[in-house]
Amino acid sequence: MRLERRTYMPLHLVVLAPLVAVLAALVLAAGLIAAAGVNPLMAYGEMLRGALGSQLAITEMLTRATPLIFTGLAAAVAFRAKLWNIGGEGQFFMGALVSAWIGHSLGLPGWLGVPILLIVSMAAGAALLAGPAFLRLRFGVDEVVTTLLLNFIVLLFVGLMIEGPLRDPLAFGWPSSVPVDDAFRLPDLVPRTRLHIGLVFALVAAAMVWLVLARTVFGAETRAAGLNAEAAAFAGISLQKTIMGVALLSGALAGLAGSVEVMGVTAGVTTTMSPGFGYAGIVVAMLAALHPAGVVAAAVFVATVFVGADAMSRATGVPSFIADVIVALCLLTMIVALLFTTYRVRR
Amino acid sequence: MTEAVDLLLNTSLWAAVLRIATPLIFGVLGALLCERSGVLNLGIEGIMTMGAMTGWLAVYLGAPLWMGLLVAAASGAFMGLLHATLTVPLGLSQHVSGLGITLFASALAAYLYRLIVEVGDLPPTIEPFRPLDVPILSDIPVLGPVLFGQAAPTYLALLAVAIVAYMLARAPLGLAIRMTGENPHAVEAQGLNPIRIRIGAVVAGSALMAVGGSFLTMAAFDSFFPGMVQGRGWICIALVVFASWRPGKALVGALLFAFFDAYQLRLQTVVEGVPYQLFLMAPYVLSILALIVVARRAEVPASLMVPYRRGER
Repeated sequence: MRLERRTYMPLHLVVLAPLVAVLAALVLAAGLIAAAGVNPLMAYGEMLRGALGSQLAITEMLTRATPLIFTGLAAAVAFRAKLWNIGGEGQFFMGALVSAWIGHSLGLPGWLGVPILLIVSMAAGAALLAGPAFLRLRFGVDEVVTTLLLNFIVLLFVGLMIEGPLRDPLAFGWPSSVPVDDAFRLPDLVPRTRLHIGLVFALVAAAMVWLVLARTVFGAETRAAGLNAEAAAFAGISLQKTIMGVALLSGALAGLAGSVEVMGVTAGVTTTMSPGFGYAGIVVAMLAALHPAGVVAAAVFVATVFVGADAMSRATGVPSFIADVIVALCLLTMIVALLFTTYRVRR
Repeated sequence: MTEAVDLLLNTSLWAAVLRIATPLIFGVLGALLCERSGVLNLGIEGIMTMGAMTGWLAVYLGAPLWMGLLVAAASGAFMGLLHATLTVPLGLSQHVSGLGITLFASALAAYLYRLIVEVGDLPPTIEPFRPLDVPILSDIPVLGPVLFGQAAPTYLALLAVAIVAYMLARAPLGLAIRMTGENPHAVEAQGLNPIRIRIGAVVAGSALMAVGGSFLTMAAFDSFFPGMVQGRGWICIALVVFASWRPGKALVGALLFAFFDAYQLRLQTVVEGVPYQLFLMAPYVLSILALIVVARRAEVPASLMVPYRRGER
């Protein structure tokens, strides 16, 4: 038995791969749910009900999906060019922190201030990834390790800021940063829920990333750099410029996630405001096979698992960590499924 | 300022260096073994978490401490087999698979812990490995407590460095592992199976990583909580580069690193007016700096991250 590269990728396989991967992950996780003494089908039913069973549940799920779309796009853009940005979590927090920092005392009306905060958070996220990208291009330092280590550094920096200069004197209990000005709180999409207009921003971002990747020279260059760096360089593409461009775009997208989460949901920054949005973004991007439209669908799926698992945990007593297990399993099953879209099995 | 210097003369600092270094020594050796055969194992962070949980859990459920160590090794080997299956015969991206293993192993460890252990206000504890008390030797001033007052797995870590160093440098198996990392086609031409060698190296390396993780819950500390590995796995990946893929240098790197970590912890208590987070950042910043310094002249195994497919060039 051996693997043979397919000459073309049939469309039905491209669509089928993530569905099969998700199904396989759910079957594997069912064993763990059964180990908790709960009927897996009932547990999955509770999950669906918890995430999609009411208008409120759906808005909660979409609220959770919003940052995941941004971090998923960030990972997809980078991975396409084989720039391994694992620092989405740190870039998220950087975006969140500068938004709260500047947004607290920026005396501007909302229509002017919100775009400024978005741009500043993009710059912060981009700057944070520009460092590792530079180190890779200049010194050959692997960006996986540097971006991962930066996540820890940024989280400590956030802790330092919200216990020090940015501390909110009115916050009870856990330290929190000062909140953004009320003028910059994003309006609700559905009244009396947490769902905010940031979801629309995320969808616009996905459409714009798709346009850039599919319809511009830069998009073609990133794909070429990822598929075959040597051939791309031979064809006259500057790898340095392309990788740096990808890094700035990817970091900016992850920074946006933090900014939108602060303006839309939390108002202030805490060290616990992200349940791993950056890391989950990697799974979202892979489930989407790095396609921007797929990112939206995959983010909705991952958000469904997270929100649904909380409800399921309350109803059945299965630890809510099962959500992280399912999402991680999806990543592993998806890369196997992707193998069969590019290779076929020959006897 | 004198206080900061006084700290250096404190025996407890030097005893702490070996203690802090132990999980790193296991982890960096494991990562080194995988990479010498040509496979990057970014599952390390999750595998250390898994080992920390399973080893502790076995002891919590009544097994002796050494059995706990074996259970941790077995759980690491299992995760290593998963990573090896995905990356060696299937040739999938070692980056993505490794991150997947880390996410999966960390989540699974947290899930199983919550499922099996009743957690009240305080996390339950076990009776961990205690520092040895060798008659006469432990009473030698300074050297005694530093060298002869460590927990037993620390000596196992030092022994593992010697074994791995000897094997890679002298033994036929070590030569085969190194050759697989440099040129798997040459290994095939010798009548050996590079696929099996890689799988074996990744499984063994992952077992070492998990034992390193278990030191956290079974010697350095006595309970488990999710997220307790706190980037030690990633630091090990950086240390392998820093050590140029050599076990001896890896030991030196781990000790150096542990020294800075132990020193910053103590500096926090004497230096006033500096936020404690700045001290905690130091180990991560140091790792990045170390990478920058050595990256240019690193002797990377030539076939690291290059999947091997029989008959394909």
